[in-house]
Amino acid sequence: MALLETRNLIARYGDFQALFGVDIALDQGETIAIIGANGAGKTTLMRSISGILVNQPGAVLFDGAEIGALPAPDIVARGIAMVPEGRKLFPSLSVEENLLIGRYGRAVDGHWSLDTVYELFPILRERRANPGTALSGGQQQMVAIGRALMSNPRVLLCDEISLGLAPVVIKDIYAAFPRIRAAGASIVMVEQDIGQALMVADRVYCMMEGRITLSGAPSDLTREKIHAAYFGVA
Amino acid sequence: MAWLDTIIQGILLGGLYALFAAGLSLVFGIMRLVNLAHGDLIVLAAFLILVLASVLGLNPFIAALVAMPLMFAIGWALQFFLLNRTLGTDILPPLLVTFGLSIVIQNGLLEGFTADSRRISVGGLESASLAIGPINVGVMPLLTLASAIAVIVGLNQLFYRTSLGRAFRATSDDPVTAGLMGIRPKRIFATATGIAMVVVTIAALYLGTRANFDPTIGPARLIYAFEAVIIGGLGSLWGTLAGGIVIGIAQTFGAAINPEWQILAGHLAFLLVLLVRPRGLFPRAVD
Repeated sequence: MALLETRNLIARYGDFQALFGVDIALDQGETIAIIGANGAGKTTLMRSISGILVNQPGAVLFDGAEIGALPAPDIVARGIAMVPEGRKLFPSLSVEENLLIGRYGRAVDGHWSLDTVYELFPILRERRANPGTALSGGQQQMVAIGRALMSNPRVLLCDEISLGLAPVVIKDIYAAFPRIRAAGASIVMVEQDIGQALMVADRVYCMMEGRITLSGAPSDLTREKIHAAYFGVA
Repeated sequence: MAWLDTIIQGILLGGLYALFAAGLSLVFGIMRLVNLAHGDLIVLAAFLILVLASVLGLNPFIAALVAMPLMFAIGWALQFFLLNRTLGTDILPPLLVTFGLSIVIQNGLLEGFTADSRRISVGGLESASLAIGPINVGVMPLLTLASAIAVIVGLNQLFYRTSLGRAFRATSDDPVTAGLMGIRPKRIFATATGIAMVVVTIAALYLGTRANFDPTIGPARLIYAFEAVIIGGLGSLWGTLAGGIVIGIAQTFGAAINPEWQILAGHLAFLLVLLVRPRGLFPRAVD
């Protein structure tokens, strides 16, 4: 049984339908990447899993339980945390406060704490008292990842974490992921950078116009197949 | 020494206005909600203290302590079940609903208590005073200012030293992302309004012991509260105290020149600050 699964997931923004029956599965300890062009529905998929968009109960399953209709606070309480697109740090909070808010209102057991997050991203310890939004883009992304880790999630959803960052910064951030996986988190990663996605993921799903158009292990996906699934051309 | 006395009396009066304004500032700072019923809620709390003191025979200070959890519950329920439904990108619904609420409260109080003026008696404390050098300072006004400072310090501690305070600020910044942290914005907003109603109860105690009140005086208290909040800078708690003191000093100076100018002088000071510093004296860095 998959740890996290979507079954015939449909999402709408008012009259506009953004997802058309999306099926994905994430196994324990696995990293999957969702790739696709702008507007393919990747972020909508993340928002649906994380509870920002509410669905039919059975459209999202976590550990066998139907969670599709639960709101975001209930989803994170069950062990699914999200690093949202654009980082979305809280401007009123310092770096450390941004991290602490990641485990608001509950005692959380597990590997991740302020100390272990600071070990993962040492620069954050030096900047702990600064406003979160005063940091560089890469450092803000580290705060956003650390904030999600503070809830000790079983599943970490990462939405476009490399967006707008310099290659050297992206490399630094991705260097942290083996430790995150080793600590027990399974990862769903939305990426536009296909090369990066193929490098870190155990399996890849490609989306186009709200549908999954290709899936498989990176070693099974040829450049031509990805090109066809990504752009809809043979 | 008359001018020094005027300034000190103005500062003490400012404490009362700061108490009027602190709850309004709290609610606006977190939810960007302008509560037009704020003044009427102060009057409602004053009547609640009056009833508790007269029916149960409680000392007004004890009655206020009893009223606080009741007002917290009223504020929590009001926000959770009614005002949360009005929040969104359009500022008009909360204005209309709280305006309606103001009318409901006023008419409800008129039905229950008539239009007669009331006062909460604190016995000898009303006329007690302390001599500070050449100036005599009333004990109740001094308590009012001390309470205002304690409320501002307490709210600042809550905001910047506690997990709940972090949740208030995070939810104020971005309620959707706050939800991803496990925060329930509607409950956070309800808690904030509940706390604002506790502050309102403290303000009501000093309003009711300082002067007569009746069911219709709420809107005037709202105006003083608004002016203090805007002078101080929207969402800034210390600014709210400063704003209250500015109005208080302006009013006592106005009254010293001509008693009929007291209220007018406060409003003129407000307009002057708006002209010079449109965002107030201590605007929040993040808006």
